[in-house]
Amino acid sequence: MDINPLKVFHPSSAKRNGMWLRVLSLGLGLVCWQITSIFSGVEVFILPPPLKVWSRFLVAAQDGSLFRDIGVTFSEVVLGLIVGVTFATILGYSVAKSRALEQVLSPYLVASQAIPVVAIAPLLVLWFGYGMFSKVLICALIVFFPVLINTIVGIRAVPQAFYDLMKSLRASRKQILMKVEIPAALPIFLGGLRIGATLSVIGAVVGELIGSKYGLGNLINRARVGYDMPMVYVAVFMLIFLALGLYGIVARIEKKLLRWQEDK
Amino acid sequence: MRRADLNLNVLRDKNMSTQPILTVKNLSVVFPDSNGGLHALDDISFEVYPRDFICFLGPSGSGKTTLLRILASLLRPTTGEINFIHNQHPQIGMVFQQSNLMPWRTVMDNIKLPLELENMDESTARIKAQEMIELVGLNGFEDSWPRDLSGGMAQRVAIARALIHDPDLLLLDEPFGSLDAITRERMWTELSRIWQARQKTVIMVTHSINESLFLADRVLVLTQRPGKIKFDLKVDLPRPRNDDIRYTPHFGKLARKLRETIE
Ligand SMILES: Nc1ncnc2c1ncn2[C@@H]1O[C@H](COP(=O)(O)OP(=O)(O)OP(=O)(O)O)[C@@H](O)[C@H]1O
Ligand SMILES: [Mg+2]
Repeated sequence: MDINPLKVFHPSSAKRNGMWLRVLSLGLGLVCWQITSIFSGVEVFILPPPLKVWSRFLVAAQDGSLFRDIGVTFSEVVLGLIVGVTFATILGYSVAKSRALEQVLSPYLVASQAIPVVAIAPLLVLWFGYGMFSKVLICALIVFFPVLINTIVGIRAVPQAFYDLMKSLRASRKQILMKVEIPAALPIFLGGLRIGATLSVIGAVVGELIGSKYGLGNLINRARVGYDMPMVYVAVFMLIFLALGLYGIVARIEKKLLRWQEDK
Repeated sequence: MRRADLNLNVLRDKNMSTQPILTVKNLSVVFPDSNGGLHALDDISFEVYPRDFICFLGPSGSGKTTLLRILASLLRPTTGEINFIHNQHPQIGMVFQQSNLMPWRTVMDNIKLPLELENMDESTARIKAQEMIELVGLNGFEDSWPRDLSGGMAQRVAIARALIHDPDLLLLDEPFGSLDAITRERMWTELSRIWQARQKTVIMVTHSINESLFLADRVLVLTQRPGKIKFDLKVDLPRPRNDDIRYTPHFGKLARKLRETIE
């Protein structure tokens, strides 16, 4: 899984070296953190050393509560992605195919982009409660726009020449969709999905911080109120891993489906 | 196909048993634009018989691509009619001005696209595609991506794709326009060979006099915009044709005739 955004082409041996360097760099960072938190005089309460965070993680992992929170956040993120991507793709395709629909919807689309979802998240929590539903909704909304735009752009970018080819072979609408439009729009669409996946994690946490029963955002709140700083760090790291994991999955899908593109 | 048959086809009597498979009558095309419309084609009429190889020769902008798009039903004419034999739209194989390969499909998958659209089963389709790959001399490149092909190879893939579903009518839009002179001439021989092996009806568009004479039975010269048929030349050069034919006096005479009408 390659999730380095600065990725450039490496021959495989250079790649392996690069990985060791990355591990080394991470290790060094942890050591620096440990040293700073012990010797800098910053209160342990504010900057707990990594070993303390690690032991807090082990405790939380053992009593199982951590995994319940991870599970809740993960479900919200994934459900939000599924709902957001589904609606965005269907609407995006329809808008891309129909100028009239675009005219009708464009004021709403522009407005929906202009509203920061994070700012209306408190409203959504108020309306739809502290449960998972409001978080899924926030995730879906936050995912919706980048995926919608990329679907429209992707479909619009399908060269006319491919439509001509398919029509000269008397292809059906469905065949054109399956054999031209989807594969041609896929690179741009997946770019949108990649952005959406990371945004979805943000959406879930924001929703949970505002008001929730479970989830990593809720865990941060609980730990903060209880002056359990190491636990806050544990939760933050879990969120990082969640976001990286999702990003990595999309990157994997991209790599598999877009083998035909030149090495980037 | 034996050689005697080929010659028969060229010399056959059109009035006896063969009906035209395509009749085009008084075809005109005007594209709407801001100042009264752009007149692309004007009063085009011609007939195509089975196994004809017809070339349209014309300068850039004379409406050649437009004409092929109409024959492929990608565009409606402004006036005039097109009638196919038995009023049935034939199966079409088209080679576009650009090779127009799908970059997400390998050579093999690009070539078998028309068969997929007919829902042919995968294994039969692959066998047929393999035959076409051999016909156009691309063995070993089955699994290459289009980005890894040279321009000439890409055009050969496009030709294979146009032939694979055994179409009744082949429409070729300057298929060799983007190639260098040497590759282009090799492709003429290849196309000529394929055409003789498969006995297709071909309508090809070009702005090369040599190309049209080398390949066609009949050359129709189009005028500069609006495209109008200005000259109809029967190419009575013997077949099969090879490179040498271009240096014969008769070829030279026909070429001069064409050049004079174009100027
Ligand atoms: N869809 C269209 N809408 C408007 N004008 C068009 C359209 N297609 C072609 N034209 C115009 O019609 C004329 C003929 O175009 P066409 O592409 O048929 O020429 P061509 O003979 O194929 O030229 P070339 O040899 O350069 O390919 C051109 O002036 C072109 O601008
Ligand atoms: Mg053209």
